[in-house]
Amino acid sequence: MAKSIDVSDLDIYYGDFKAVEGVNMSIRARAVTAFIGPSGCGKSTFLRALNRMHEVIPGARVEGKVIVSGQSLYDPTVDPVAVRRQIGMVFQRPNPFPTMSIYENVLAGMRLNSKKLSKSDADGIVEKSLRGANLWNEVKDRLGKPGMGLSGGQQQRLCIARAIAVSPEVLLMDEPCSALDPISTSAIEDLIHELKSEYTIVIVTHNMQQAARVSDETGFFNLKAAGQPGHLVEFNPTHKMFTNPDEPATEAYISGRFG
Amino acid sequence: MSTTTPIEPDFAVSAGLVQPRLPRWGSALVAVMALALAGLLTMVLGLSLVAGFVVAALLFVVGLPLWSRMVEGSRAAADRFATCLVWASFAAVVVPLVWLVWLVLKNGFGVLSVEFLTYSMRGIVGEGGGIYHALMGTLLVTLAATLISVPIGLFTAIYLVEYGRGGRLARTTTFLVDVMTGIPSIVAGLFALALFVMIFGPAIRIGFGGSVALSLLMIPTVVRSAEEMLRLVPSDLREASYALGVPKWRTIIKVVLPTAFGGIVTGIVLAISRVIGETAPLLVVAGATDSVNMNLFSGRMMTLPVYIYTQYSSPGVPAFGETGPPPGYARAWGAALVLIAIVMVLNLAARILQKTFAPKTERRR
Repeated sequence: MAKSIDVSDLDIYYGDFKAVEGVNMSIRARAVTAFIGPSGCGKSTFLRALNRMHEVIPGARVEGKVIVSGQSLYDPTVDPVAVRRQIGMVFQRPNPFPTMSIYENVLAGMRLNSKKLSKSDADGIVEKSLRGANLWNEVKDRLGKPGMGLSGGQQQRLCIARAIAVSPEVLLMDEPCSALDPISTSAIEDLIHELKSEYTIVIVTHNMQQAARVSDETGFFNLKAAGQPGHLVEFNPTHKMFTNPDEPATEAYISGRFG
Repeated sequence: MSTTTPIEPDFAVSAGLVQPRLPRWGSALVAVMALALAGLLTMVLGLSLVAGFVVAALLFVVGLPLWSRMVEGSRAAADRFATCLVWASFAAVVVPLVWLVWLVLKNGFGVLSVEFLTYSMRGIVGEGGGIYHALMGTLLVTLAATLISVPIGLFTAIYLVEYGRGGRLARTTTFLVDVMTGIPSIVAGLFALALFVMIFGPAIRIGFGGSVALSLLMIPTVVRSAEEMLRLVPSDLREASYALGVPKWRTIIKVVLPTAFGGIVTGIVLAISRVIGETAPLLVVAGATDSVNMNLFSGRMMTLPVYIYTQYSSPGVPAFGETGPPPGYARAWGAALVLIAIVMVLNLAARILQKTFAPKTERRR
């Protein structure tokens, strides 16, 4: 059951430093939303705030509201661990667990939480997730081999399989293709298209062509100046964003005339 | 490719690509000459054999770079000089080690027998007897020390890395651990003695006191090595685990600790090796005895280092009518050999454990 996310007046701080300021947006369910913008503009920080992952960094905090299907994520009674079980995340660098095999990596979300699974259920989840991540045919004969033995693109798809194995409602992707070659990138973009029918997907990317290819809506983040907090400049359907943006800054960034 | 492509000689020389080199057998020649010269000096001046080898090494370290400087230039000479120094340092470390092991093997191997390993020293004044009581004592005392130190050390390291986050308590703990590293072992022994005298009254000697003293020496080593190993675990893995909705404590138990397992085990074994040969604290608080005592909590307990010390300081006398060294000396050498063997077996076991549990990072390509 995919969910939509509503963000209102979100400020994100690292200690005293305000990293992101005044973000308002609503992310549609069963759609791909892309964030673009220059480095350091806070798009990854914002993404991590959507499943309370930024709290892992000491001193990080949030003001404002993030509402997923009517429930505010930053309510004092909300358990961040429960939030992360519903909102999965794929990171920039593929990070399979080095002590586990491919099979165990896919099941990591269950196994690490000591969820009891019968052998047939486990096999079913592994196959479904690996098929969902377009990796099944490549690894089905060596599920017992270490996950670190795969190529970079395969590792990243393994991480996606791991993230969808726990059936989250939202999938956050932080530059999932930036460390990959064009073929692996294309495999992952195809995958995003397929996953869209079941999950709400939010993706951060530095590659504007990628944003144009995979996303339905795009948010452009920018900095006013160095040392200033990042903010959301424009949030529009991708087609409009890339053909007829509202803001001149967006047009300048997208057309490469940035400054 | 580049090796088969001929370079025009004029270009190569003018660009300084080709430089004169010493012949391949150059260093061997210098070595032979240094040995010959040192041999001559040894005979003329009447030096000892060891001094002769030291002189030869010095001649080599000076001679090769000098020749190289004349032929090859200063950078190559510096390179050869540094290489010589590295090899000399290697020899300076390895020679004493090999010498020590050889000496212990030579003097101790003959003593080893079933009787030596299975008999205590109870009622023995001359020949015979064994190390059984000391062997068991060392194993029990060290085992208890490990059981005390590993949980304390490991939990401290986990606190420092995962929860402390450089706060005041974490900084204080790190400082105190550093201070603990510097405690002389005899002080640890006296502390343990004072502690147990306070609890059980004066003249107490128990094996468990030795364990407490040893654990004082072990804990800082365990904390330090485990801390380093936990810090080496990439934060990517922790984040991956959190992002799957895994609570922090489970992440530590199931992701961080298994990833660092090999290094932590090595650190623990190194800490054991460090304390297993400690003599002073055990002499003070565990005491010395000739009989087998398997109870850590009552009575004196012999340990291998203390056994070596007592056998050497009161070696007994040869049987009547015989000459030769007192029988205690041989037993001391044998015990030393067994002690070294235990440490070596521990290190090998740690290697095997490390290999078995190391992260499966084998590359396909």
